[in-house]
Amino acid sequence: METLELFVRIGIYTLMALVLVFALGVVTLRNLFHCALCLAAVLIGTAMLYVGLRADFLAAVQILIYVGAVMTLVIFVIMLTEHLGEKSIRQNNRQSPAAVISLSGIVVLLAALLLRTPWPVTDKALQAKASVMALGKALMGTYAFPFEVISVILIACLIGAIAIAKKDLPGEDVS
Amino acid sequence: MIVPLQHILIFSLLLFAIGLYGVLVRRNIIGILISIELMLNAANINLIAFSKSTSLAPETGQIFAIFVIAIAATAAAVGLAIVLALYRVRKTVYTDEVNLLKW
Amino acid sequence: MVAPLPVPLIPLLPLAAFVVNILAGRWLKHRAAWLSVATSSLACALAMPLCWKVFGGAHFAHQTTWLMLGDVPLQFGYLLDPLSSSLLFMVTIVGTLIQVYAMGYMHGDPLYSRFFAYVSLFMAAMLTLVISNNFLLFFMAWEIMGLCSYLLIGFYFEKDSAANACKKAFLTTRVGDVGFLLGFLTLFAAIGTLNFQEMNALLSGTATGAAPLNTAMLSLAALFIFCGTIGKSAQFPLHVWLPDAMEGPTPVSALIHAATMVAAGVFLVARSFSLFTAVPGVLPAVTTIGTVTALMAAFIALTQHDIKRILAYSTISQLGYMVTALGLSGLGAGTFHLITHAFFKALLFLGAGSVIHGTHVQDIREMGGLFKKMPSTAITFIVASLALAGVPPLSGFWSKDEILLTAFASGHLWVFGILLLTAFMTAFYMFRLIFLTFFGTARNPKVHAHESPALMTLPLWALAVGSVVIGFPGSPFMHHWFQKFMAHAAHYPEYEPSLFVMGCSVAAALAGISLAGIFYLGQKNWAENTARAFRPLYLLSLNKFYVDEFYSAYIVKPFHALGRALFGFDEKVIDGAVNGTGHVTMLLSRIKNWIDIYIVDGFVNFTGAFTYFLNSLTRRLQTGFIQNYLLIVVVGVLVLLVFELKLI
Repeated sequence: METLELFVRIGIYTLMALVLVFALGVVTLRNLFHCALCLAAVLIGTAMLYVGLRADFLAAVQILIYVGAVMTLVIFVIMLTEHLGEKSIRQNNRQSPAAVISLSGIVVLLAALLLRTPWPVTDKALQAKASVMALGKALMGTYAFPFEVISVILIACLIGAIAIAKKDLPGEDVS
Repeated sequence: MIVPLQHILIFSLLLFAIGLYGVLVRRNIIGILISIELMLNAANINLIAFSKSTSLAPETGQIFAIFVIAIAATAAAVGLAIVLALYRVRKTVYTDEVNLLKW
Repeated sequence: MVAPLPVPLIPLLPLAAFVVNILAGRWLKHRAAWLSVATSSLACALAMPLCWKVFGGAHFAHQTTWLMLGDVPLQFGYLLDPLSSSLLFMVTIVGTLIQVYAMGYMHGDPLYSRFFAYVSLFMAAMLTLVISNNFLLFFMAWEIMGLCSYLLIGFYFEKDSAANACKKAFLTTRVGDVGFLLGFLTLFAAIGTLNFQEMNALLSGTATGAAPLNTAMLSLAALFIFCGTIGKSAQFPLHVWLPDAMEGPTPVSALIHAATMVAAGVFLVARSFSLFTAVPGVLPAVTTIGTVTALMAAFIALTQHDIKRILAYSTISQLGYMVTALGLSGLGAGTFHLITHAFFKALLFLGAGSVIHGTHVQDIREMGGLFKKMPSTAITFIVASLALAGVPPLSGFWSKDEILLTAFASGHLWVFGILLLTAFMTAFYMFRLIFLTFFGTARNPKVHAHESPALMTLPLWALAVGSVVIGFPGSPFMHHWFQKFMAHAAHYPEYEPSLFVMGCSVAAALAGISLAGIFYLGQKNWAENTARAFRPLYLLSLNKFYVDEFYSAYIVKPFHALGRALFGFDEKVIDGAVNGTGHVTMLLSRIKNWIDIYIVDGFVNFTGAFTYFLNSLTRRLQTGFIQNYLLIVVVGVLVLLVFELKLI
């Protein structure tokens, strides 16, 4: 039991490290297509982490929506816009040193804060596992209103995205 | 819990910082959008992690995560549509080349 | 005091003709002359009954206040007494005849209507002068006549000589006019009135309660007024303008410079005669001037060649006669000669004009033998010359005899002698003129003479009749009616006619005529011999006593020099000052410009540049990059964290 737990723990830490490495790849790689692939890796890793945190449904949603829909969309747009022959184009602007320094400061401070804070962890909550049914009930019950708002937002965004991205018909005002 | 809560939070913090770094330094708008996805992911991880440590109903964190994922999807859709429209008009996807409104 | 209305009309009619002619002359063309002659004739017709009434003893006077000078009223009005009515009689008749003549003489002139406009204006002024009852109106008319004289002498203004002559005439008479103005102003200061009647009353002491008179001021006034006479009547030393005035058209010479305007000077003395007699010492001066003028002008006339110049000097000489008569208190004699002289001198000038019109030359040496070709002109001319020479029973004889009588009887034997000599010379030069012009043979074959048209000869005949008969009212046949008529107005000495004087006069005239006949008809070389024998005198006469040269050398040149000096002063000092001011202003404005550019503008520009500089610093914050702002937000969060965690 102990050994199994140890392996799981090592696996999770390894997973975290890998996710972070891929995340760094997302923000540093010059080829945007590689970035997108790294992002897919990060998203899959996160989904695995969800499983580790006993949120199976969310992991499924993550894979479905992110890796299945959003990533497809991103890669599609990259293919539409990126000229793959121009790899030499600088992808970062000049404020990366400043960003690194300030972000490191924030990370250090927040990390210190996190480590100092006594997080209350209840045993019951640790063992609890949210079933799909409970999630469905919560969505349709307690969170019905935000759910509907989200649906409206989704519809609006779909229509908006189509309106923005569609090719202008000849005769319509372009600008 | 197999891993202490603090470690997960630090992980998500790092993930968020990396995403923020990408948002700050990327010239490519698509790159920025990708980095934003990273940050949203970090937030989602936090939500899941906290749902383990509170006395609320266990599905609460997951519900919010679902909402966040939905919002992220819309953000990606609208953002990428804007990128396409911009590219069609200006033939560029680099932020410092889109300076029509700059002084 | 009856019939006051027609009197102002007499000068106003020609004035109306002037206004119409000068405004509508271009349109009227030759009809302008008809208008002038018509108005002049109408004035004559109006004047005649009035004159007749005055001759019968009537007296017209009327006046209206023009403006108040302090509490002294300035009045305009007319006065028809024996003196002015005689002049009125003469001026209207002679003026009308001369205008009729001018219609023929000026025929075809491009400025025909303007000529008649000027003549009408002149007539208006002359008539105003004659009937005016005070010095102010008199002076105004006097000045208008001066203007007309100027305009008409310079009528052929495209000729240099005419332009110079009119300037000379105007400036020379101006000297006298200024004297006249000063004179009547002095008079006004002395006695407080300009009215002739009031002046006469004051000076003859008939006014009751009159204040004692300031004799010195009155003498001064009389002398100044006499300056006016000297200028206008071309007396020595201001006589130089009259011969040059012959540049004008001949009718003008006849009208203005022989018959009327130049007589106005004499009329002025006659008008203010009470003033001249009231003060001692002025009349002798008048006599002297008159005598000198008479003799000198006659002497000059002996040798002149220009027909009109001879007549001009003759006019001066005769005016000298009149002035002499007045100087000897012979008011009647002087006025009488003025009237008769106007008739025959106008006739002479018109005759000369006719000759010039017929031959187109003015030099008598180029004429000759014109009697057959121009009989009317010749006969009337000879009649007038006889009258001028003083051959009885023509008018000139009676008036000249009256002057000689005045001189003789008042005991001025020197004056008498000089006048007699002048009479001799007058006869000589007139008949020299006649013999050279009308008798002998034509000396210049190029001259083709012809008689003038009837329009010109008719006035000649009319004036010839006048020259003959006008003397009778003053002759013993009519018991010296004219002199008594004049004396009727003021009591001046009368002299019994003297056969001795008449004899001397006739002898002088006949001697002059005979001598001229011998010189120019018989022994033609005598004239040259005489001239050679008395060469200095001859040159003196020929060169008009060098008066013009004297004026040129001692008056004109110094004034020119003064003018140049003043011009130099102007150029150097005043212009220099003005230019200096300009330069200083330029310099100041340059300095101001510098201040403007480098200090004022500099300040403004510095404000702008400084703002721009600050702006360029702060602008850096607004990069326009969203990521930049986002980085700042991140930094801000970091700073907030640091503060919130009390790390600092």
